[in-house]
Amino acid sequence: MELDRALVWLQSTALAKTISENEILFPWIESIHVLALVLVVGTIAIVDLRLIGVASLDRAASRLMGDVLPVTWGAFVVAAISGSLLFSSNARTYAHNIFFEGKMVLLACAGLNMALFHVVGAGDIARWGATRQTPPGAKAAGAASLVVWAAVVACGRLIGFTVR
Amino acid sequence: MVPSIARPINVVCAWLEQTSLSHTIQVMSWIIPTVQTVHILAIAAVAGSALMIDLRLIGVLAADQSPRDVSARFLPFVWWPLLVLLATGAIMIIGEPARSLKNPAFQLKMTLLVAVLVVTLLIQRLLRRDPAFGDHGRGQRRTAVAIAVLSMLLWCSIIFAGRWIAYYA
Repeated sequence: MELDRALVWLQSTALAKTISENEILFPWIESIHVLALVLVVGTIAIVDLRLIGVASLDRAASRLMGDVLPVTWGAFVVAAISGSLLFSSNARTYAHNIFFEGKMVLLACAGLNMALFHVVGAGDIARWGATRQTPPGAKAAGAASLVVWAAVVACGRLIGFTVR
Repeated sequence: MVPSIARPINVVCAWLEQTSLSHTIQVMSWIIPTVQTVHILAIAAVAGSALMIDLRLIGVLAADQSPRDVSARFLPFVWWPLLVLLATGAIMIIGEPARSLKNPAFQLKMTLLVAVLVVTLLIQRLLRRDPAFGDHGRGQRRTAVAIAVLSMLLWCSIIFAGRWIAYYA
């Protein structure tokens, strides 16, 4: 398959080989990946709980998002880069792993959910953001985000149990 | 490891390994991945919340809120998930006692955990006495920044040590 050939090329690059053959490099990159994803999930949950309407209710939603989301995005960039490096070390095997595939689909769902919220829900955030009541759309987006990110973590952990 | 601690740890490991609970955890292959996932989600809640308090002490976010208000929102999300972490951690220990209790990465992690709990209690106490701790004057801000940076470094190290348990096993 065309994709498989690309993946085999990827894992034969010097960088990928260094990561897979060096004993210390993989654990270090993996630790950074875990730290970054923990911060992504932990900070997104803060926003999700505000959208659902269970925490940070005395703080305007847009204010809270302004405080939290820069941290989330920074951590996400680190998680994406470290994750790509880990992926490259054994690209073909990861790509064919059901939990890796599931994780990528779930990440796409998380992105879609976020995009949908920003397009549909962010317009009227000025109306409800400073109040303790959140509209059903915001609650749904927050709940969906919590569930999807928990599933991302579960898939990520299961990759470790099923690869190598 | 200190020899005087090594002996009791061996005894505890040997005893835990032959319990039926330990066998169940090992035989049911879904338990460990599930428990580890819950463990990671709980550390996410703790680390995210601790980071918000630390960043407020440093002064980079929520300047319109007092540090005490920020900590009132986030400290419960540091303390309560800790119970989940202890419970899920205990299940992992019971399932594979030697892999954790005799592991230098695990021992380091527990030492760092005690340290960060002390730091967190210190932050809690300082903010109880002064809701705006860190906001008056440069000297106090420097202390607040030092404590916050220490807290962040400790949580990062705990997460790193946790991952390294797998590599020392």
